[in-house]
Amino acid sequence: MNNILQIVWIIPFLPLIGFLINGLGRNFLSKKMTGIIGSGVILFSFLVSLYVFFNVKGGNTHVAHYFNLIDIKAFKIGFDFQIDPLSSLFLLIITGVGFLIHVYSTAYMHEEEPKDFAKYFAYLNLFVFSMLLLVMGGNYLILFIGWEGVGLCSYLLIGYWFKNVDYTNAAKKAFIMNRIGDLGFLLALFWLLNAFGTVSFEELFNPANGKITALSAQNSTLVIGITLLLFVGATGKSAQIPLFTWLPDAMAGPTPVSALIHAATMVTAGIYMIARSNLLYNLAPVTQEIIMWVGLATALLAATIALKQNDIKKVLAYSTVSQLGFMFLALGTGNYVAAVFHVMTHAFFKALLFLGSGSVIMGMHHEQDIRNMGELKSKMKITYITFFIGCLAIAGIPPLSGFFSKDSILIGAFEHNKLVYGIALFTACLTAFYMFRLLFLTFHGKFRGTEKQWNHVHESPSAMTVPLIVLAVLSVIGGFVNVPAVFNGGESLTQFLSPVIHQTHATTLSHNQEYMLMGGAVLLIVAVILFAKFKFKNFESKENTGLAKTFENKWYVDELYNKVIVKPMQSIAALFNNTVEKKGIDGLVNGVGRAVNYGSRQIRLLQSGQIGTYVLLMVLGILVLFIIQLFL
Amino acid sequence: MEIKWYIGLAIALFSIGVIGVLTRRNAIIIFMCIELMLNAVNLLLVAFSKMHAVSAAGVANPAVVSNAQIFVFFIMVVAAAEVAVGLAIIVMMYRNTHSVDVNFLNRLKN
Repeated sequence: MNNILQIVWIIPFLPLIGFLINGLGRNFLSKKMTGIIGSGVILFSFLVSLYVFFNVKGGNTHVAHYFNLIDIKAFKIGFDFQIDPLSSLFLLIITGVGFLIHVYSTAYMHEEEPKDFAKYFAYLNLFVFSMLLLVMGGNYLILFIGWEGVGLCSYLLIGYWFKNVDYTNAAKKAFIMNRIGDLGFLLALFWLLNAFGTVSFEELFNPANGKITALSAQNSTLVIGITLLLFVGATGKSAQIPLFTWLPDAMAGPTPVSALIHAATMVTAGIYMIARSNLLYNLAPVTQEIIMWVGLATALLAATIALKQNDIKKVLAYSTVSQLGFMFLALGTGNYVAAVFHVMTHAFFKALLFLGSGSVIMGMHHEQDIRNMGELKSKMKITYITFFIGCLAIAGIPPLSGFFSKDSILIGAFEHNKLVYGIALFTACLTAFYMFRLLFLTFHGKFRGTEKQWNHVHESPSAMTVPLIVLAVLSVIGGFVNVPAVFNGGESLTQFLSPVIHQTHATTLSHNQEYMLMGGAVLLIVAVILFAKFKFKNFESKENTGLAKTFENKWYVDELYNKVIVKPMQSIAALFNNTVEKKGIDGLVNGVGRAVNYGSRQIRLLQSGQIGTYVLLMVLGILVLFIIQLFL
Repeated sequence: MEIKWYIGLAIALFSIGVIGVLTRRNAIIIFMCIELMLNAVNLLLVAFSKMHAVSAAGVANPAVVSNAQIFVFFIMVVAAAEVAVGLAIIVMMYRNTHSVDVNFLNRLKN
């Protein structure tokens, strides 16, 4: 109890305080105050997280127990925070990137009314709070509370401009799709409780407690069932097939919110949860295989869609889905560290790209269509350079961060299955292509908008460019935390995470083979980038046909879901509404009322007011009673 | 005299009372018929008390006799009070409707 890490409650507590102050005081706080409070609490959380991180790095892990949520005899679920390498790493990502996004928001949202501004920051703080709860939770229940909180906040923030019906629909879509996944998670939770009587990570996964060793039989129904259900939860939160369509629609929210959802919070929850449960997944190779293929399919599908999108944020959204697919691919090959590593580097460069796109959108006065952009590099130097770095990083050009993380995923895939590696490499090339298409269309070539727009283009204020620069630096150097052995690196991230994550993946390739794979991949990507530069030198928008049209229309997945799920649901709902509700239930209720009314109107006629009649009836009644008494 | 004559007379009086109540419309006559029914019951009470007062050995038990007859007196006193109230109601009714026909009093209809 005297562990110094007992104070970790401060980390989520600060954003909660920020949420309360900004939420309750939204009518009298000035915008400046709101911005300071909103960003300040996250900054303090970040500082505490740093402290915690170095403590953990020094070998200090701790399960902080505060009180029992459920306490029934031997059955206890505590309000616990687990601080170990995995969660402390996520704490840093969430609070660090989150803080930069908060600072950026103060400038991006400056046009809002003070009241809405405070509401926005309150939601943002609540979002960070939920996510912190999610990664700090010492058992699946706390994780689930954070999980739900994140879903709620995404709904609130995506629908922030709630006067626009399309935006609220996008918010509802995000919420409902997440709920579908959450159901899987919840079922897994109950199953775990039923099978083990506990959902605490410590009790489940510590070999000393014997819970996990008792399961040594591989591929038992129990393990496969639980892992699959958890994975269903992860597909919802982390936007994998079949529940990925909400994430591109989540663009409806303000751009910093997209950055927060895509980079630091929310979508990484699924990765975190599976990495956290790695011991369970190691016991279920069947599930791992499924995860790998789902991740691969998502990566490829989303990458193809991203090729033909014209909304700057949509391209980035599909690229997120695609990168998440890569992470799941890594999880499926038992290469958990690579997945977590990619979460981290992705947080840097995706936040950078989203904030950069926000800067472009601001400069263009809320124009999001890249067909109407071009030549912006001359007017938005800082945005251009940082965006360029982000593109290089996501494409996987060494020595930027994306190279290391994507490379470790690809190497893992290569050892697992050559075909998977081939598809993944192809997808990586697509990534480079669509990102540089975006870059060239936005910043190079000729300006394709109106002259009035061109005259208004301006660089964003420093509250926006400074976070961009910080993130760009992180995107460049972020990869060095896990330099693989082939470059004489210490693989320090792998070392750091080793107490929590039990890799089933171990490199068996010789260094020469690895050099060849990396070199080939990098050459391919560079070739793709040059091709993109050549192709989009003189861009003219034209109607897409054939396969390109399918890509542009997102493989018609939304339409398919509409036809197969939404429409039948609506017709069933209409049936229930019109027939069962109106005729059945209303008929029954109204019928009872009518029967009573009618009956009483008839019986009322008996009351004639003639005393003689009453007496006669009374006498007759008495006679009947006599007869019954005497003769029956 | 045997008890059956008393019972027969009481039943006859009671039936006359009931039929009177059912058939007549004049409130005063109805009232008289009610008194008739009441007194038929009184008569029966006295007759039974007299019957039970004579034990199996044919010896009268004066205590039982006086008990039952006092009971009947009570009923008569209460009936007298009731008559006072009833007649008062009938007088009031006559003042309001200038008639003692009960069939006029059907305002509670429906």
